[in-house]
Amino acid sequence: MKFAVVVFPGSNCDRDMYYAAKDALGEEAELVWYQEAKLDGYDAILIPGGFSYGDYLRCGAIASTSDIVTQLKTQAEIGVPILGVCNGFQILLESGLLPGAMLRNKNLKFMCHFENLVVENNQTIFTSEYKQGEVISVPIAHNEGNYYCDEATLARLKENNQIVFTYQTNPNGSVADIAGITNEKGNVLGMMPHPERAVEALLNSADGLKLFQSMLANWRENYVAGA
Amino acid sequence: MKLVKVHITLKEGVLDPQGKAVQGSLNTLGYENIEEVRVGKYLELTVADDANIEHQIEEMCSKLLANPVIENYKYTVEEGVTQ
Repeated sequence: MKFAVVVFPGSNCDRDMYYAAKDALGEEAELVWYQEAKLDGYDAILIPGGFSYGDYLRCGAIASTSDIVTQLKTQAEIGVPILGVCNGFQILLESGLLPGAMLRNKNLKFMCHFENLVVENNQTIFTSEYKQGEVISVPIAHNEGNYYCDEATLARLKENNQIVFTYQTNPNGSVADIAGITNEKGNVLGMMPHPERAVEALLNSADGLKLFQSMLANWRENYVAGA
Repeated sequence: MKLVKVHITLKEGVLDPQGKAVQGSLNTLGYENIEEVRVGKYLELTVADDANIEHQIEEMCSKLLANPVIENYKYTVEEGVTQ
């Protein structure tokens, strides 16, 4: 399986994402610069965290106007799995690939610590290796992770089972304790916590690895003969 | 030359933690009559004359300058100073 990790100016979790796919999961991965990237032909696309364009204007807003987002939209339409973490999630929101927006954390603090997440939906290509309702330990590291959407959008998210992860104890004020959501089709996941920073015991948790394993299992099931 | 002044504010009902903190500080300074503070953004755009300017500004606001999920915008178009 071949992953693309899209690198923007100001991305800083791109190496972690690469490490998760390449070393922890043991699959192929490439770091691709946003201006040169051709996203055709990858089995999955990873949008890493960081501070693309210094978070100018709004987190993810400037990145969402780049040409690569047009490519992302094409790939999303044909069903390629896309995972955006932290700033990657913010870019997916700003580009309209996922519904809602991010506000500053309720306590106005940049928070960087482990949180317990609840797997609310294990019927996705990103969570099939988890048990429904499983509690996992994954770090957060953000200042604008306070997810917001209006009531009609929230109702739709619930109805379509698009809420994939929630916080067991809400750290940032997110609507409905939301930590991660998918698009309607289920092939685009955005989440604030960092699964790529929890892929082996040395990092204090390996709970994030199952997310990448789920993507791999799904890919094998669909694209590898005899798997 | 036109000078476009764009004001971007959080929609009503959207939590503004920054505004709340500023309000708390003003109250601490003794301005107890401050009941709410909402923090927004102000942008100045210098634009070459164009008949289509209002339409363009609308587009720029909804595409990039403001996020319609959480923010409202308003703007004025004034005669700019020619240097």
